[in-house]
Amino acid sequence: MADYAIEMLGITKVFPGIIANDNVTLQVKPNEVHALLGENGAGKSTLMSILFGLYDPDGGSIRIGGREVKISNPNDAYAHGIGMVHQHFKLVHNYTVTENIVLGQIPRGFGGNTDLREAEARVAALSEKYGLNVDPRAKIESITVGMQQRVEILKILYRNADLMIFDEPTAVLTPQEIDELMVTFQRLKAEGKTIILITHKLKEITEAADRCTVLRRGQVVGTVTVSDTTEQALAEMMVGRPVTFGIEKAPAQPGEVVLSLQGLTVKGDKGNEAVRNLSLEVRAGEIVGIAGVDGNGQTELLAAITGLATPSGGKVLLKGKDITRVSIRERIRKGIGHVPEDRHKYGLVLEFRLDENLILKTFDRTPYSNSLGLLNTAPRLEHAQQMIEQFDIRAGQGPFTKARSMSGGNQQKAIIAREIDLSPELLVVAQPTRGLDVGAIEYIHKRLVDERDKGRAVLVVSFELDEILNLCDRIAALSKGEIVGIVPADHADVSQIGAMMAGVRHA
Amino acid sequence: MPDKALPPKEKFDLIDLFTRSNGAVSLLVIALGFVFGSLFILLVGRDPVNMFSALLQVVTGWDSSRGVWNARYIGEWFVASMPLVLCGLSMAFAARTGLFNIGAEGQYIAGLTAAQFVALLFPPIPGLHWLVCVLAGLLAGAAWGGIAGWLKAKYTVSEVVTTIMLNYIALYVSQWLTHAFAPGANTYRTKAYPATSLLANPWIEDLTNGSRLGNGLWFMLLSVLVFWFIIDRTRLGFSLRATGFNKEAARASGIKVQSAITTSMVISGAFAGLAGVIVSMGSFSYGRVLPGMENYGFNGIAVALVGNVTAIGSLLAGLLFGMLNSAQPLMQSREIPKEITWIIFGLVVVFISFRNGFKLLADWRAKQRTKS
Repeated sequence: MADYAIEMLGITKVFPGIIANDNVTLQVKPNEVHALLGENGAGKSTLMSILFGLYDPDGGSIRIGGREVKISNPNDAYAHGIGMVHQHFKLVHNYTVTENIVLGQIPRGFGGNTDLREAEARVAALSEKYGLNVDPRAKIESITVGMQQRVEILKILYRNADLMIFDEPTAVLTPQEIDELMVTFQRLKAEGKTIILITHKLKEITEAADRCTVLRRGQVVGTVTVSDTTEQALAEMMVGRPVTFGIEKAPAQPGEVVLSLQGLTVKGDKGNEAVRNLSLEVRAGEIVGIAGVDGNGQTELLAAITGLATPSGGKVLLKGKDITRVSIRERIRKGIGHVPEDRHKYGLVLEFRLDENLILKTFDRTPYSNSLGLLNTAPRLEHAQQMIEQFDIRAGQGPFTKARSMSGGNQQKAIIAREIDLSPELLVVAQPTRGLDVGAIEYIHKRLVDERDKGRAVLVVSFELDEILNLCDRIAALSKGEIVGIVPADHADVSQIGAMMAGVRHA
Repeated sequence: MPDKALPPKEKFDLIDLFTRSNGAVSLLVIALGFVFGSLFILLVGRDPVNMFSALLQVVTGWDSSRGVWNARYIGEWFVASMPLVLCGLSMAFAARTGLFNIGAEGQYIAGLTAAQFVALLFPPIPGLHWLVCVLAGLLAGAAWGGIAGWLKAKYTVSEVVTTIMLNYIALYVSQWLTHAFAPGANTYRTKAYPATSLLANPWIEDLTNGSRLGNGLWFMLLSVLVFWFIIDRTRLGFSLRATGFNKEAARASGIKVQSAITTSMVISGAFAGLAGVIVSMGSFSYGRVLPGMENYGFNGIAVALVGNVTAIGSLLAGLLFGMLNSAQPLMQSREIPKEITWIIFGLVVVFISFRNGFKLLADWRAKQRTKS
């Protein structure tokens, strides 16, 4: 047997204006869990897409078991025993587990009919062997997200993959499901599989991985044996400078109730009740965090508060006034600031310049436009200049920079600048730091705490439990559209919140 | 990921110029259109110089073959250009606000028809009559565009589909109304308009040696100004553009997206309606039962495209295509087939896709540069 199960040697991939992978070498030993660590944009996904045949590299070679191979599409990858569990599952919801697994190579029985019996038996056997506990006949729509992920794992086991790539597998899981996944990794390893784990979470690496390759800006910083290193050291390799974990903040001084939700029910896209009879209060001078796994009603809840959706039941009160059916414009005027989850869809007009984006919600007021409905340019530019300085927004051509050409972190800073500048009574923030680098994350957390200290009410939704734990004063766990429990952050315990996120009520 | 960084700034560089400036691409494309047009003329064994002398005569009135100057040609050049410019503005305004208005033709017909009826039925009060005609045409075009806008805003019906259908409805309703109800109508025309309804302007007529150019000119120039003003200088324009680029972000910012869409189509339709008035009350002296589409609306799409969907660009592109149109008879008298103008027109529209080609080229070059 060769020294390495798979080797990617000197891989280079260039996109216009950026080198995504610069002479990257990744060597994975047989039967190890090899983590690939890096910030967003470090080149992890590009590298794995090359391995899975989705991109052609501009340079370098791939060797499997010491032999050079060419992988030009995912079918080639499967043929070489490489399988990938994507971050967003690729499952047909109204099909059964087995039907999803055989999709693409449907077994034919007598007279050409689909015959799933043999496949079902094989799925059941695989599930048994790896302790995955999946019912081959269950419909996808009726099983949990964690189980769906195990179906994806079965899918590649069914295709006899020996090398399994997991792309940010814990992003959609509750803490308990993450623990189960770690057990599954050990099981897969015990059965002789090799695993590549793509992640930016340090805890997972120290828990599950044997070795770790760290990427920064498209280049390999180094490959280390996990048992010889610490989370702190890994973080420094990833970011390139010392990092502080945690956020420094004084205890909250909660004041009057600013936002009060009373028995709120909101319908989701499919007509289901995405938020059910939800009640919550947010006070001035505190940050309330909503902890929950993606898709448990966060989007609909925020839509009802900001006016993007109309609730089908219950009330939204701002400082005691009913705003349930008030228009979005009116809510902005009353002082609701909103940093949306999808900043490209709801937060910015990418074709607009920075100065225009910074007045997207105030362009119709003085001083940005006058009583005749004409725009005033000078105050707009002055305002943009101020925001750029105050919020450290880095943009090549200052106020004239097209939002599209700014980096994600600076786009997010621009949105946060705009929303804070509205002087909101209530700041509603969704996923404030998703996809941002560590520097931007630190800065944005600090600004949110500053706003709290100025006496604003802040409501934060995040899928990163660590962010919620660090940033918030009170934590509400959301599961299936209901608040399962609310705990003060200083008494919070991860496993307790995790249980609540999974819907287990706090005794 | 490819958007992360922009290519570094360079000293003067052609590809850079063409990726940065849409205007430069338009000029290049037009030049190429004429180069290829000239090649075609050579191919059929004629002299391209004759085409350029015909074009020169349209633009300056100077007939180089006979050494005579006649300002009427300049006036007629503008007559041919005005509806193209206005329909270009109609298309461009919609495009700037995220809509694809293929219905300038129908809005043009609606404006033309309304103006015809007002001309024939409104009391012939000097000074007021023609103004009411203009107003009626504007409103009819605006309403016709507004229907498509309202359907899109309220029921999310694609404006592409509704405007195409409304084109036909406009044509047939216009034919029927004019034929059935207009005073003195036969199968192809009505009785003559009262003089009070015409856009004629004696001063311009004098200046251009009896061309058909009249007060329509002021309205066209005003329209170019109004377009730029609304889009660039007003609160309304800001909200329409924001809606056009990103409807969801506009809505989340408190902009009333539904009314923005309707408003945008209303304004877009008004430009095309005005084109209808100018043709009807400027170029003709009687109402017409339209024999078919007049194609100003469709050519407006090309005008807007070549004009980079800006006000000044549409003006220039409209004047260009108007020049080609009115050069046709002069080219024939110089033994150049008039179809050449359509070939040039078509080539310009095809070549305008170079704009994306330059982006690809710049991308490729940026990649090479990043590599080294």
